[in-house]
Amino acid sequence: MSTTTAPTSTDRGGEVRIYLDPTNERTTITRSLAPRPASLDGKVIGLLDIIKPRGDVFLDRLEALLNEQGLRTLRFRKPTFTKVAPVDLRHEISTKCDVIVEALAD
Amino acid sequence: MGTPLPEGIVAVVKADCPTCRLVVPVLGELRAAGVPLTVFTQDDPAFPEGLDPVDDTGLDLSVALDLDTVPTLVRVEDGAEVDRLVGWSRPHWEKFTGVADLGGGLPEQRPGCGALNCDPEVIERLAARSTGLRSRRLELARLEDEHEAFYERGWTDGLPVVPPTPARVLRMLEGTTRAPDEVVAVVGPDFAECTVEKAAVNAVLAGCRPEYLPVVLAAVEAACTDEFNMHGLLCTTWFSGPVVIVNGPITNQIGMNSGVNAMGQGNRANATIGRALQLIVRNIGGGRPGEIDRSTLGGPGKYTFCFAEDEAGSPWEPLSVERGFPPGASTVTLFAGDGPRGMCDQKSREPESLARSIAWQLDSVWHPKLALLTDAVLVVSPEHARVFREAGWSKARLRERLLELTTKPLSEISAGAGGCAEGMTIQAGGVKDALGGSVGGGAGDDVLIPKFFPDGLLIVHAGGKAGLFSAVIGGWARGAVGSIPVTREVKP
Repeated sequence: MSTTTAPTSTDRGGEVRIYLDPTNERTTITRSLAPRPASLDGKVIGLLDIIKPRGDVFLDRLEALLNEQGLRTLRFRKPTFTKVAPVDLRHEISTKCDVIVEALAD
Repeated sequence: MGTPLPEGIVAVVKADCPTCRLVVPVLGELRAAGVPLTVFTQDDPAFPEGLDPVDDTGLDLSVALDLDTVPTLVRVEDGAEVDRLVGWSRPHWEKFTGVADLGGGLPEQRPGCGALNCDPEVIERLAARSTGLRSRRLELARLEDEHEAFYERGWTDGLPVVPPTPARVLRMLEGTTRAPDEVVAVVGPDFAECTVEKAAVNAVLAGCRPEYLPVVLAAVEAACTDEFNMHGLLCTTWFSGPVVIVNGPITNQIGMNSGVNAMGQGNRANATIGRALQLIVRNIGGGRPGEIDRSTLGGPGKYTFCFAEDEAGSPWEPLSVERGFPPGASTVTLFAGDGPRGMCDQKSREPESLARSIAWQLDSVWHPKLALLTDAVLVVSPEHARVFREAGWSKARLRERLLELTTKPLSEISAGAGGCAEGMTIQAGGVKDALGGSVGGGAGDDVLIPKFFPDGLLIVHAGGKAGLFSAVIGGWARGAVGSIPVTREVKP
């Protein structure tokens, strides 16, 4: 391995100590938010229910308010709030919607 | 060895050795006499002065010669060692080199010193450099406090960790036959691969002995299944963490505690196996409190929660056998659970009476008016188990009775009932659907709602021989929505 380190005189003198990294050694990537639209006019608004209790109540009300303004909405549901949304669902949302509102907590 | 041995006589010395310093003039005499002499130094590259020492501070040559003493003289012919002499002895050196009158004024003989490549600390370093370990290496200077350095890097759970030196990780890896680069599991929330090596590094941090590593690896495998859903368990606002229950001969082999204080502190295997799993979730998975871990209050079990079942003293088949593994198999069972809640019954001597006490305690999991949301582990202590044994109650019979006793009319546990807004809000038909039609009808329009699903009660036997106390470990969200208990065999 190119990363192995041969002992040197400083090893034995105790001047340098070597430890192995217990982490996944990944560098965190910070992603910026997608640009916010200036207006919702003409946009398709996704409403994602993660199936936490009463999330549907919140989204029903929000949908009614948005539809009153003539805005188009689409509803989505995660199979369970305890797991990451399936990749197909994420892809579907990204291709069908311009913005997404997620009802997070109960 | 990479380079051939120089022809003639090879002398290996170290400045730290009084006998080596003593023979420096003799080495000079040999050189002056025309002996083809090459001097290698193990520590100070400039020692011995004037003799053009060859730097063997990397100890490659010393290891290749398998030295145990300095000074050592080696006679090399055609690139191979043909004779060897250790320490200082005038007649022996004269015979070995063929030069007379060596070392005038020196004592007749002196023993040598231990060669540096035999120093215990150096042996570990030498082993570590040729391992193929792939983990990134962190170098700390002498004046850096290693514990502070690990805290700063976020490697710990808040308690000090054992410094993961390459030598310690190598020793840890001796605990398994699996290759260091084998992937054990993909750990959320970062969904990063955990290799055997990375698991070993974290097992060192946690304080494990090498023989615990197979249990740690099985626990990581079980935790990172889609069924167990470690990722979701980590993220929840609920109290739970992974509870590790170990069965089979491995528990005695590695000295796990299934008796007095089984779920408490003080046993190294119990404490560090559970901790290693949590450190892997933290360091490999990236799951940290306040980031992805959003538990409202958390619980002490999130440091470590691991214990063994007392199979020898149990009236029942072990949890592992109940879950489909043959008797004699060593397993880990992962349960997404809270801390234990104690249950006192010092008066019941009949199983029906004792089952009622247990059922009341089971009612309290999550909320007495919430049902079908979670599973639970019942840990039956020896004194309580005796009641069931003497009455001839099987584990299946106890479970069946507990499921009956924890079943309540919807009218009692519905939202708002009993002056309490919390409670069940689902429709009776919905409950029937969820249970596949297993909900029986109650009096009138009322229906009976079971607290637990039939497979939602795990029963194990553990604890000290004194105390009419058992424990209930409440669970997190159950089933496909949350977590399903997972059992994995411990493999060497």
